[in-house]
Amino acid sequence: MLAVIWFWLVAFMIAMYVVLDGFDLGAGIIHLGVARTEDERRTVIKSIGPVWDGNEVWLVAGGGTLYFAFPALYASSFSGFYLPLMIVLWLLILRGLSIEFRNHIEHPVWKPLWDTIFMGASALLAIFFGAALGNVVRGVPLTDGSGDFFLPLWTDFQPGPNPGILDWYTILVGLLAFLTLTQHGALWVNLKTGGEMQQRSVRIARAAWYGVAVLTPAATIASFAIQPRLARSFQESPGGAVFPVLAIAGLAGAFFYPKRDELRAFLASCVFILGLLTSAVFGLFPYVLPSVTDPAASLTVHNAAAPESGLRIGLIWFLPALALTTAYFTFLYRRFSGKVQLEESGH
Amino acid sequence: MDALDLHRLHFAFTVTFHYLFPQLTMGLALLILVLKTMALRTGNEHYNEAARFWTKIFAISFGMGVVTGIPMEFQFGTNWARFSKAAGGVIGHTLAMEGMYSFFLESSFLGLLVFGEKALGKIGHWLAAFAVWLGAWLSGYLIVATDAWMQRPIGYTRGPGGELVLSDWWSLIFNDWAFWQYAHTMVGSVITAAFVVSATGAFYMLSGKHLEYARTFLRLGVISGFAASVLALFPTGDTQGQLVAKHQPVALAAMEGHFETAAAAPIAVIGQPDVEKRRLDNPLIVPGMLSFITYKRWSAEVKGLDAFPQDLWPDNIPLLYYSFHIMVGLGTIFIAATGVALFFLWRGWLYQAKPLLWLLMLLFPFPYIANTAGWMTAELGRQPWLIYGLMRTSEGASSNVSAGNALFTLLGFMGLYTLLGLLFVFMVWREVEHGPGSGHGPRFAPQPKPAGGAEV
Repeated sequence: MLAVIWFWLVAFMIAMYVVLDGFDLGAGIIHLGVARTEDERRTVIKSIGPVWDGNEVWLVAGGGTLYFAFPALYASSFSGFYLPLMIVLWLLILRGLSIEFRNHIEHPVWKPLWDTIFMGASALLAIFFGAALGNVVRGVPLTDGSGDFFLPLWTDFQPGPNPGILDWYTILVGLLAFLTLTQHGALWVNLKTGGEMQQRSVRIARAAWYGVAVLTPAATIASFAIQPRLARSFQESPGGAVFPVLAIAGLAGAFFYPKRDELRAFLASCVFILGLLTSAVFGLFPYVLPSVTDPAASLTVHNAAAPESGLRIGLIWFLPALALTTAYFTFLYRRFSGKVQLEESGH
Repeated sequence: MDALDLHRLHFAFTVTFHYLFPQLTMGLALLILVLKTMALRTGNEHYNEAARFWTKIFAISFGMGVVTGIPMEFQFGTNWARFSKAAGGVIGHTLAMEGMYSFFLESSFLGLLVFGEKALGKIGHWLAAFAVWLGAWLSGYLIVATDAWMQRPIGYTRGPGGELVLSDWWSLIFNDWAFWQYAHTMVGSVITAAFVVSATGAFYMLSGKHLEYARTFLRLGVISGFAASVLALFPTGDTQGQLVAKHQPVALAAMEGHFETAAAAPIAVIGQPDVEKRRLDNPLIVPGMLSFITYKRWSAEVKGLDAFPQDLWPDNIPLLYYSFHIMVGLGTIFIAATGVALFFLWRGWLYQAKPLLWLLMLLFPFPYIANTAGWMTAELGRQPWLIYGLMRTSEGASSNVSAGNALFTLLGFMGLYTLLGLLFVFMVWREVEHGPGSGHGPRFAPQPKPAGGAEV
């Protein structure tokens, strides 16, 4: 029971990360397209400047929570996904630097360099995170009970018994993540800016929406074909249909609202992302890392969890921390709410 | 090199590089809080301007600390999977608490510290500085508590699969080793920040620029630097040494190059350990001193390496010995240098004493070396154990990650961190050259709304 609670708490932390860091990743993806002039680019950076770092902490804190609640899963997946995780780390480093450093020096070479790194790293991270989700849904070659595996970056691009990190399925999920976060970031910029840039962001969001609307059913069909557990979960508890319905509602809102209500459009995109993630998590349960070769060797909520005593102690310190964090974030986002204003002087 | 060596080097390299940044930011957070407090108490805008200058440098160093810190958490899983599987249920608590309690606090209020001065008002901005300091120092405690548990594991039982199970959360959090190691680490961090602040003051004084700030920086740096240097020796360093003597006597013997058990054991100030011949070459010794500092009795017997089977010896005794001696040697120099500077400050001679200003300016890299050497002493002394007495380092690395893959990512980190180091030096140098009071700084922040006017 405790393991199941922690399973949902970890899922919550990761979902918060995707929703929050997702919009600043998305802002990075569209940075060069939506913002043409120096003032516009400063506006994009400024819209995420005070919050991106806190958003990224959800990844660190989510990772820590995963580590303590499911140590066997942490050990198995982090070592098995060694290469892509290291690449993700390098991209996170480059991206963090580009946000922090671009405005320090006024120079015609300095700023385009960091802007390009910001865009490239954001785009690649979105694709990698999507591919990571694809890998978890598809499963990895776990054979004995040890939980050890090691995936190369690619093999034959087929999700068979000998998969790589990248195959057609995980690339498909990666592209879906890329388009989803593009839309998410565009709706954030729509919320935080005005004028011409806002109109551009609406056009980008709309273009991304069509892509998402095509890829979501495609990825869903592929997921059900590749991971039989998904269909079984939804058959066993039909109530789980609420999660896909959430996603559909979010997607509809992201189509309907961008020009009518910027905040609702952005929130609809949040709901869409949450709907997708919870659908995947619900469908996989009780698996946390399924095996492609031997279902019995899969890591589950129960065999990967830390002992009950530790999980019980954990709840005592975790819940107050979560309440505090909610308070900080509410305060921070209220403080920096509204459209971004550049200072008069420009420099 | 085999896979184990590469996994060790991978962690050692990335953690050593990482800790160059937190050691400045943790100490600087305290000094910024001191400056903000002085501004609040005196109403003198000068101290606010000084705090703004250091906040800019703080933010650059903090950013570096964040981006190099995330790989540390990841590596527990990527490179040390067997260790994580066995111990994650225990040290996962302190690591997750660090994220939940301190990183959220720090990152939320750093934005307000850097961007929110106008909107927050004087008290509000002081509170932001306080929150950032609290977050930074809490983070330090939780990570030291994690390391302390690996140095002195307590409060655990064994689960059915051999994994370690947390049985007593309080003893994980209030490990006496954690308390003293934390105190020692934090004064080390204040030494780094104090020396950077006084070096900047000395640089401005010698350059004949920003003289008013130069005096403030020198005063702040010398006073806090002296206080922290003394505290590093006593009681924090001294007590830490006694804990090592009690719980890791073989590490103590290796740190001191003490090969043979002896009563009234001498201490070697310098000398080169020859592990094969089991002796110290060219030693300069102080008789009886090791017995005295360890047991507070001149005649006490101190166990040498010969009292322990060789497979319990730390696996790199010379490096451990040098790390410890460099830390202690530099610590002694810090007390002497800041002591003299403090005397000059008291007599009102410091701002004209050119040789002393040169010394203070050139000393700033050495606390970085001392802090690094201190951590190397702790972690090399822990060898051959990953969790002292429970799990050997060789049993903890990921068995499914090959040497080739570990080398690939190690080289990647080396390249990327070289770039980071150059950028950091360049950015900080620009800020120092610009100087305080220039109004230059990050400008990309939204103007936060005044309190009360906020709506979602």
